[in-house]
Amino acid sequence: MSPESLYLGKDLVGLEALTGEQIRAILDTAEPFKEISERAIKKVPVLRGKTIVNLFFEPSTRTRISFEFAEKRLSADTVNISSSGSSVVKGETLVDTARNLEAMRIDMVVIRHGASGAARFLAERIPSNVINAGDGRHEHPTQGLLDMLTIRDHRGRIEGLKVCIVGDVLHSRVARSNIYGLLKLGAEVAVCGPRTLLPVGIEELGVQVFSQVEEAIEWADVLNILRLQLERMEGGYVPSLREYNRIYGVSSARLDRAPRDILVLHPGPMNRGVEIDSDVADGPHSVILNQVTNGVAVRMAVLYLLAGGAPDTAEAAKQGGQG
Amino acid sequence: MSRRAMVLMSGRVVDPAQGIDEIRDVLLAEGEVVRTGVDLEVPEGALVIDCAGKVVTPGLIDPHVHLREPGQEHKETIASGARAAAAGGFTAVVAMPNTDPVIDSPALVGFVAAAGKRAGAARVYPTGAISLGLEGKRLAPVGEMIEAGAVAITDDGHPVMDSGLMRLALEYARGFGIPVADHPEDLGLSAGGHMNEGLVSTRLGIRGKPNASEDVHIVRDLLVAEFTGGHIHLQHVSTAFGVEMIRQAKARGVRVTAEASPHHLLLTDAAVEGYRTEAKMNPPLRSEADRAAVEAGMLDGTLDIIATDHAPHHYDEKERAFDDAPNGIVGIETSVGLVLTHFVHEGKLSLSGMVERMSLNPARAFGLPGGTLAEGSPADVTVLDPEMRWTVNAADFLSLSRNTPFGGWELRGRAAATVVGGEVVFQRDD
Repeated sequence: MSPESLYLGKDLVGLEALTGEQIRAILDTAEPFKEISERAIKKVPVLRGKTIVNLFFEPSTRTRISFEFAEKRLSADTVNISSSGSSVVKGETLVDTARNLEAMRIDMVVIRHGASGAARFLAERIPSNVINAGDGRHEHPTQGLLDMLTIRDHRGRIEGLKVCIVGDVLHSRVARSNIYGLLKLGAEVAVCGPRTLLPVGIEELGVQVFSQVEEAIEWADVLNILRLQLERMEGGYVPSLREYNRIYGVSSARLDRAPRDILVLHPGPMNRGVEIDSDVADGPHSVILNQVTNGVAVRMAVLYLLAGGAPDTAEAAKQGGQG
Repeated sequence: MSRRAMVLMSGRVVDPAQGIDEIRDVLLAEGEVVRTGVDLEVPEGALVIDCAGKVVTPGLIDPHVHLREPGQEHKETIASGARAAAAGGFTAVVAMPNTDPVIDSPALVGFVAAAGKRAGAARVYPTGAISLGLEGKRLAPVGEMIEAGAVAITDDGHPVMDSGLMRLALEYARGFGIPVADHPEDLGLSAGGHMNEGLVSTRLGIRGKPNASEDVHIVRDLLVAEFTGGHIHLQHVSTAFGVEMIRQAKARGVRVTAEASPHHLLLTDAAVEGYRTEAKMNPPLRSEADRAAVEAGMLDGTLDIIATDHAPHHYDEKERAFDDAPNGIVGIETSVGLVLTHFVHEGKLSLSGMVERMSLNPARAFGLPGGTLAEGSPADVTVLDPEMRWTVNAADFLSLSRNTPFGGWELRGRAAATVVGGEVVFQRDD
């Protein structure tokens, strides 16, 4: 059995509350699960008999499908619920949704919601395991985990690496989960973007701030480039997408001046020609599709661990039943 | 008004207006204070209340409460709010006009005043809106509302963004001798915010309201009050810079009074941690430096009034994601206990200082009768048991709402009895 300290608790709401040891254990647990997706028959009975609801209050393709594949490949029974509406309607729905799920004796809930704190709100109100698939601007822990797994795959380590998150950090749950996770694993972390899109007090989290993307590229081993939502331009945070691309966009011309071989990540969906140029997205530095592949393995690991599995028995569990 | 005389016997009478702080008896009759003194003769048939070991003060006044009626009676009614106020030791409250409909006409002011009288608990003084419908455009009928009983005008909850309108309000109200109460907030700077802007908001991913959103309007209000000569009453000041600006303005002779709320005196944005909606209010809980400055301002008299901004919300409305929950907390039943426990018993504030900030100063700022037990004053008296130990349990509130961040706090000191117009409107059993 694994030590008590690796136990994640009932829910995965964010990486801020986890220890480096716990995060490492999730990444290690993801390793044996990678192989399942490479098989002809992509299914193991690890979560047979478990019911999982994917509760998506915001539109999502990538994350929802990634969770669904992870669940199905572990043989769980899944139901997808999608809804969208005004924030008031969402707030009212959430507490009632929680009660209804509780009444149906669901084992696990994967929730995506537009309000920060929504996953925790649900987790405090139902006995099921709750996995945060993105809550407002707060956290997106499985994205942070799959980013770290991808970096580790390509660089063999996280510790000591310099990772810069570029773009709309203010509105980004991906940024927060990356910052917490990377710092706990011993990376140096920086953020870079227009000052209107960098939150107050971000330095106090222990990250460096770059105003110019050229400086960030010169400094970094890894760039994690965030999506610039079109609403940000409408909200006046940046004057135009064209200006954003000219000043903050990651282009191959800029990457060519990097002093070292740089790794480029993007959580998707990309705005090609805005925050990232196509020749970078499709170029040799990019590991963007590896992130997508790793997303399924990381989510399998999280589902397995929250269902009571232990990191060191994941390999055995794959072969037949619970570890 | 009671015809029967009453004697509050042998309590420690604290009346800063008269410089009294000693064991005395208080004789009330015909709805007025007849006299205070040692070993007063008890008139025949008078009701005698033994106040030995208790503190007897002029009735406490909270100049900032939301009673939600008309329109949101599921949160609070004028009657339930008036009873909750009495249980909290208040003999009078000043009700904000941001109801539905907005109190922006003499008829509606009259409605609030009449419902307050009917409640037969704490006195309820209405305020009128500064602008029609709280829209920030045209002045409401200020003079007629005052005739109907309004004691101030305010667009509380809907800050007056148009500085020209604020000028008109301060000038016009000056002619009637009433204050203009303002919730200072620049809505452009605070747009979309749900808590204090700082490290906690960044970590939680909640959009913040910077201190500057409040500071800008405090400075604006002080400048406009200064050149118009009007009386500006700044509500629930929460920033260090705001406190300092008020301190300087007072030194220049600007007519400004200002509130500190118990929650801004005692809590910081750390209380929001975990997305606790019971710690969501406007202005938000701020940093420790701000909290300390609000405390220093309250203690040195810069913030001369302690007011709760009692803002009841139904539990359903707070049982939401943080961004979706409404602003505000109830406060009227915890204020006295919090102030006694954390300021008086801590030795930071004298009882006399507490009575100044919770009775005398609000009475003076809003031109209300009371604030003293001088002969001929209204027979509004609060009897405090300064030693009673109790634990805040929202389920025990007389308010219809339970939204408090102070649940479970262990306090020392509480109202034992509340007398309004010579009638006991609240008396604690235990």
